[in-house]
Amino acid sequence: MLPVEMIVNGTRRNGRVDPRKTLADFLREDCTLTGTHLGCEHGVCGACTVLVDGEAVRSCLLFAVQAGGSEVTTIEGLGGPDGELSAVQDAFRQEHGLQCGFCTPGFVVSVTALLHENPAPAEQEIREALSGNLCRCTGYQGIVRAVQRAAEAAR
Amino acid sequence: MSASTAGRFVGQSVKRREDPRLLTGHGRYVDDVMRPGMLHCTFVRSDVARGRIVGIETEAAKDLDGVVAVLTASDLNPHAGTMQPTMLLTTPGAPLRPLADGDVRFVGEPIVLIVAESRYVAEDAAELVEVDLESEPPVIDVEHALDVGVAVVHPELDTNLGAEMAFPIAPELAALLDGDNAIRRTFRQHRHTPVPMETRGIVVEYEPAGGVLEAWMSTQNPHEAKQAIARVTGVPSHLVRVQGHDVGGGFGQKFFTPREELTVALAARRLGRTLKWIEDRRENLIASNHARADVAHCTFALDADGRLLGTYIDHLEDAGSFPIGATGGAGALVGLLFTGPYKCPQASLRTRAVWTNTCGRGAYRGPWMFETVAREQMVDAVAREIGMDPLEWRRRNVVPTSELPYTLPTGLPLDMVSPSETLEQAAEIIAYDEFRAEQARAFAEDGRLLGIGLGLYVEPSTGMMDPMGTETAVVRVDPNGQVTVSLGTGSHGQGIETTMAQVVAEELGIDFDDVTVVQGDSAVTTFGRGTGGSGTAVIAGNSCRSACAVVRAKAIEIAAHLLEAAPDDLDIVDGQIAVRGTPSRAVAWSEVARIAHLETARLPEGMEVGLEATATFKAPPFSWSNACHACAVEVDRATGVVTVLRYVVSEDCGVMINPMIVEGQVAGGVVQGIGGTLYEHFVYDDEGNPLTTTFMDYLLPTTTEVPTIEYGHVETPAPTPGGHKGMGEGGAIGSPPAVFNAVADALAIVGATIDHTPLSPDVVLGALG
Repeated sequence: MLPVEMIVNGTRRNGRVDPRKTLADFLREDCTLTGTHLGCEHGVCGACTVLVDGEAVRSCLLFAVQAGGSEVTTIEGLGGPDGELSAVQDAFRQEHGLQCGFCTPGFVVSVTALLHENPAPAEQEIREALSGNLCRCTGYQGIVRAVQRAAEAAR
Repeated sequence: MSASTAGRFVGQSVKRREDPRLLTGHGRYVDDVMRPGMLHCTFVRSDVARGRIVGIETEAAKDLDGVVAVLTASDLNPHAGTMQPTMLLTTPGAPLRPLADGDVRFVGEPIVLIVAESRYVAEDAAELVEVDLESEPPVIDVEHALDVGVAVVHPELDTNLGAEMAFPIAPELAALLDGDNAIRRTFRQHRHTPVPMETRGIVVEYEPAGGVLEAWMSTQNPHEAKQAIARVTGVPSHLVRVQGHDVGGGFGQKFFTPREELTVALAARRLGRTLKWIEDRRENLIASNHARADVAHCTFALDADGRLLGTYIDHLEDAGSFPIGATGGAGALVGLLFTGPYKCPQASLRTRAVWTNTCGRGAYRGPWMFETVAREQMVDAVAREIGMDPLEWRRRNVVPTSELPYTLPTGLPLDMVSPSETLEQAAEIIAYDEFRAEQARAFAEDGRLLGIGLGLYVEPSTGMMDPMGTETAVVRVDPNGQVTVSLGTGSHGQGIETTMAQVVAEELGIDFDDVTVVQGDSAVTTFGRGTGGSGTAVIAGNSCRSACAVVRAKAIEIAAHLLEAAPDDLDIVDGQIAVRGTPSRAVAWSEVARIAHLETARLPEGMEVGLEATATFKAPPFSWSNACHACAVEVDRATGVVTVLRYVVSEDCGVMINPMIVEGQVAGGVVQGIGGTLYEHFVYDDEGNPLTTTFMDYLLPTTTEVPTIEYGHVETPAPTPGGHKGMGEGGAIGSPPAVFNAVADALAIVGATIDHTPLSPDVVLGALG
């Protein structure tokens, strides 16, 4: 077991973990932040996407110890403290960008990172940026609209 | 949405109740459930398709630190009750079993169940188990599974024919089918699988002292799961509770209760411990149920004007080894619905389900949809052969609204549908004639291959088989006038907490925010059908409506008593029960509710205290919905890549409860159909080894492949009270043939033909020669 320390959603988290424990499992089990979902555990579906020092990463492909000393933001850290939705979260609701909700945290985190980097993406840029996130319910229709809406709202 | 049917809430695109928790990471899926003392499970699975188990060495696994139990068939199978689903208890099927016993019948079949303190340790232990398998030649090719000399998949049954239904062929039809104006084609649909983003999983807690078994599960159908777990574990059903909470997609795969969940429940019962099993993606791909995998030999007999005179379909479906939910998929419906929305005086059919040493077949969004695939692809092939545009062929043959009700040649009564209207609407939105001109120009000037395809269908949403057709709603009004509705459904993305609250708020004349829907929990809801088969709007919706009618009548009776008015003169508007035309003579809904519970002396004499009702709705045998899909593609002649240029759906699901959700359901189904036709393919080699076991090999559509979908709505209310029709599955029914026909249309420009899917670049290039 190795000691690990990181800032998760603004809170300092200390733990002792097996070196092979993934960041996703650390967040879900040790931090009880179960909003980060595991859809494939081999880095394709993007459901487990979190921000590590502002970069969108797949937490199933990273060991917890690799994130030691970093600032991690999960889906639980994006909205307001009283349950208020972030602009991206609200846009997903307005545009019906989610159905079962399982892939949704990964999409919302990925879109948050995308709009930070590129506040006014063209539709093709949105589609390319999200091509590493799989959704099985929506056919991506409301998701693409939600990104456009969130970008619009920020202008 | 027409003005006549749009209500305060019904017909409005109300934003979903479910969204805030799901968007902030506060949903509760099965893997989020953590219980004190919970242990973790993993399965050791067969890596051969057919063979004898010579020995299982488990000592090294048992010795590993943190391992609690290593269970084989002899530990569990003798204690298991029947694993058949409720609706098929009296139907013979595959000999289902918890763990492989003596032999294995597909790659992925569970052989050993490991219980450990963590999933990491359980998977370490799985590596230490040695299963000695003597492999035997498997049955993989469904089209030769019935040949003489081929091994049997299930020795107990001594045939690979799982089910068969055949209609006689009348001499007159036989003459037509053998005649010069008969056209024959064979179509093959490849194997694919539902792939919900959340894999399957269960947490089971068995408390030996009280004998109570509690399960949290990713399920579309908590009451079915409760019944199945009770049967398998022997725990009396009233002591079993199943909760679904949030479910990360299902598409049919989670409608019945699969083998692994039942095996884990049985193990929890035997060990008296709390067990969690979360399927991984490889398991989901190789061993959760598969779907599609059909072949049909089709014959259309036509008159000189291209009108249908008679049809025949000989359908074969690959049922795999241990299908779940039905002997095969839905072969009978494939045969019965083959002529679909077209006029046809005579038809006959044969349909067979056949066992193979592959993963079992299961429900997937429109399990019978091969009738639409085979028919619509046949329509285009036939139209091409006789030199008629496929749109014109459909116009000539579709049942016009003026001729409804129409009895299909197989005896099914078709009514309250609008196939010709949706055909015309889809053709108009996609600008069919203009596309034909553009197609000709693109080839003539640039040699580009554009194509357009249609898919026209009627969907029966049948409620014939108990308990699929029935749902019960309990509508309870608390002393503040706020309403809790409980339903036996298992929402997994459909937004039932929103749509059913819309129906109840509408019916009671109160605010949407004053209605909460509780579902997905067998202990607090009445036995019900679950969520599947496009049934919620029609069946749960009407059960809500019936319960609301009772509650509403009682509230009005109380108000009439308080206001000294006649009940017939009262109406409920915006939470006020008022004399019609005299809004000042009113009593608040909340005041009536308070009096019903807390000031009961003011109730009419003899009236029962409280304000609630339970009502059950039994659906009619058929609630037909229909749609027409239109797809435009470009085929790259150099690479074989198909690009979807435009996609249009004109649909008629009767009265829409929430158009936003209707369009969302349609879009999801369409993209599954596009994926299924162009990309997704579950591949076995000749030895039955699965070759597509990750998302790097089993390709789902992503944002870069899917077009923006355009919608048209036609509204023909169903004859049931709310006027709704089923619509959850249709998107996935109409899309595969629309995409196929579009590609076939493009290829036909250069004389190339296709008769099977997936239409991957290599297949398309092969067709182009």
